[in-house]
Amino acid sequence: MFEALQDKLQRVFKNLRTSGVLNEETVDEALREVRLALLEADVNLKVVKDLLDRVRVKALGEEVKASLSPAQEVVRIVRDELIEILGSKESLLTFSREYPTVFLIVGLQGSGKTTTSGKLALWLSKRRKRPMLVSTDVYRPAAREQLAVIAQAVGIPCFVGDGLTSPIEIALAARKDAADRGHDVLIVDTAGRLHIDEELMSEVSELRTRLRPSEVLLVADAMVGQDAVRSAQEFHERLGTSGVILTKLDGDARGGAALSIRYVTGQPIKFIGVGEKYDALEVFYPDRIVSRILGMGDVLSLIEKAEQAIDKQKALDVHRKLQTDTFTLADFRDQLRQVRQLGPVDQMLGMLPKIGFFRDLGKARVDEKQFIRMEAIIDSMTKKERERHEIINGKRRKRIARGSGTSVQEVNQLLRQFVQTSRLMKSMSRSMLGRQLDKVKLPGATAS
Amino acid sequence: MPPPILRIQWQYNTGRFGRAGCSRFTIESKRMPMTLLGASEKGEKKAGLFDRLRQAVASTKAQLVERIEQIVEGREAIDRQVLDDLEAVLIGADLGVKTTTEILDHLRNQVDRRQIRDPQQLRSALEREILAILEKPAASAAARQQPPAGQPEVIFAVGVNGVGKTTSIAKLANFYLQQGRRPLLCAADTFRAAAIEQLEVWARRLGVEIVKQKAGADPSAVLFDGLAAARRHHADPVIVDTAGRLHTKYNLMAELEKMCRIAGREVAGAPHQVFLVIDATTGQNGLQQARQFLEHAGATGIILAKLDGTAKGGVVVAIARELGLPIQFVGVGEKLDDLLPFNPREFVASLFEA
Repeated sequence: MFEALQDKLQRVFKNLRTSGVLNEETVDEALREVRLALLEADVNLKVVKDLLDRVRVKALGEEVKASLSPAQEVVRIVRDELIEILGSKESLLTFSREYPTVFLIVGLQGSGKTTTSGKLALWLSKRRKRPMLVSTDVYRPAAREQLAVIAQAVGIPCFVGDGLTSPIEIALAARKDAADRGHDVLIVDTAGRLHIDEELMSEVSELRTRLRPSEVLLVADAMVGQDAVRSAQEFHERLGTSGVILTKLDGDARGGAALSIRYVTGQPIKFIGVGEKYDALEVFYPDRIVSRILGMGDVLSLIEKAEQAIDKQKALDVHRKLQTDTFTLADFRDQLRQVRQLGPVDQMLGMLPKIGFFRDLGKARVDEKQFIRMEAIIDSMTKKERERHEIINGKRRKRIARGSGTSVQEVNQLLRQFVQTSRLMKSMSRSMLGRQLDKVKLPGATAS
Repeated sequence: MPPPILRIQWQYNTGRFGRAGCSRFTIESKRMPMTLLGASEKGEKKAGLFDRLRQAVASTKAQLVERIEQIVEGREAIDRQVLDDLEAVLIGADLGVKTTTEILDHLRNQVDRRQIRDPQQLRSALEREILAILEKPAASAAARQQPPAGQPEVIFAVGVNGVGKTTSIAKLANFYLQQGRRPLLCAADTFRAAAIEQLEVWARRLGVEIVKQKAGADPSAVLFDGLAAARRHHADPVIVDTAGRLHTKYNLMAELEKMCRIAGREVAGAPHQVFLVIDATTGQNGLQQARQFLEHAGATGIILAKLDGTAKGGVVVAIARELGLPIQFVGVGEKLDDLLPFNPREFVASLFEA
């Protein structure tokens, strides 16, 4: 997500990095490019103007002197401003004292309310809540069936309300039913509506008055353009929305809607939808997203994941082995395993900063099965072969291929990859990687 | 209003195309009264078309044109401020930076050459610029491939999630019904919960045939059955509902490519039309969507849905400019006949009409 914006900004700051001194001209030049990048990412024009005005004032002020380099200073200022707009930490859900807590899910047509309701229910149930779902969409054909199907898929009860036809009736009956059955949260899905549709807006406004939900969550499509602000504002004014769930963030580009909606309504973005599966709902971390927009990659997330999965001691060993030239196929296999433990590889690559060596990695499509085959090949070797790959001759290759259910070609390929990798890592550990890792304090770098 | 006369018939198909779970739900009806379909009276129809478009884009117009008028009003000369304000308006309409810059460059040029002298002329010049962009692909769209005689025309509706594909398909079917054709719906969105049921409800309301399988079935198999059924029953066109997919999902785009291949194997030249449905609220990502759906599914045109909000759908101008994809229909409401054939001239005229 956010790649396009990230790319753009990186290009801008790359120029800035090389241009030396930061004067009014360079700042203006950079900000002109930032403006274009933000606009193409669908950040609202007004928001862009405000942001850039603030940055300009600060960039030309005294603070610049304190920084390491002028370019880094501009990056920092832009980043700080974005963080300030998005709020500096994640925002949590509010629950009411009396049961059940009601969450009202609202939004435009097709923004993803029903899917998000299901995802939210699953998310809550994993956190010791006992949610119940109800759909009050009596308009779109098969909308209530859709929620029922989703509810079944995630294993959450869904109030059907046979025979009831008005949204208010359905919602009130559902609340009573939820209370009777001891559910502590009721998620009320509503019909998609245009913010200018007076009739439907007063309907949902009545729902809000009668249900007194502790959260009114606006579901917004991340791909939305300049109009995002208008609809978000209208929903906020009519219903007092308490937060936003940004959906379809697993696509490309954008980032604009997040900034604009937050800036205009002042309401926090609470969750993001990042996939079609029902567990693809994540808490929104503003500071991380901002780092991402600015091209620093989601280093934070990556480190967290890496710390969970990678055995620090092993990482240190690898580092030492690389330096003393004793990196073997067994170590290579350990690394493959650790990479797989981090989660889907392409998702991980997306978190790396899009610069230099990593630049085009994000676009690579990684076949997970390839890792399994590679592991199988190494598993089929003898201990001696793993320690000294030079001894693997044609005969041994044939045996390894048979043993792992692969072909000699694949064994050859793996050996080539191993040699390349150890060479690459050796050179990286000496130069760039060492420094890079030092900076982000990735496990493994501490030894150098 | 009298209830429509419906004869509903269940067939369990065990013949050549009788894959497990494949059933056809055939509905024959004396066509429902038009009013039930949400259509206006026949007599009003012709005059109403333009009016409804005008009404639909009224909010757009309020945003765009009135702001332009505010900008040019009382100005004697076209100075930088006027052009800057104009830029803001066009970007605010989601035309995107590139398209906006190009339009403004043209205008600036004309100002420099004294072809435009006062701010009042700016509006018509702007109208001409946008019209020129929109009309270019419309000309090439006329020369699209026709199905061989006796074969159904195959129409795909594709797009990212939640843009309004299924609703647009229902409206499309209604559009073809009114032209006296016999559309058949093919429920190839087997992924989203209750998508098949949603299309079924529309089929029932419209009284058109629908071919479906179980949720989770292979969409290509549903498509295959749909084409076979259409040939047996001489239905035309076949309108295929596909699952919403983000254009960045490689596997899902490959699935769409496969569906196109299957269609082409069964009916020469199919799919004859691939409508990319774009939500009018979409921003610059629409360009990426169009690019990918053009590459993987050979999109032939755009249905601009949900134009009845305050969003302006300006990204289609950028799409027309960069990719040459024509807009073919606009969705302007929730009723069945709220789908209008797109006419660039009328569209721009209604945008700029005083």
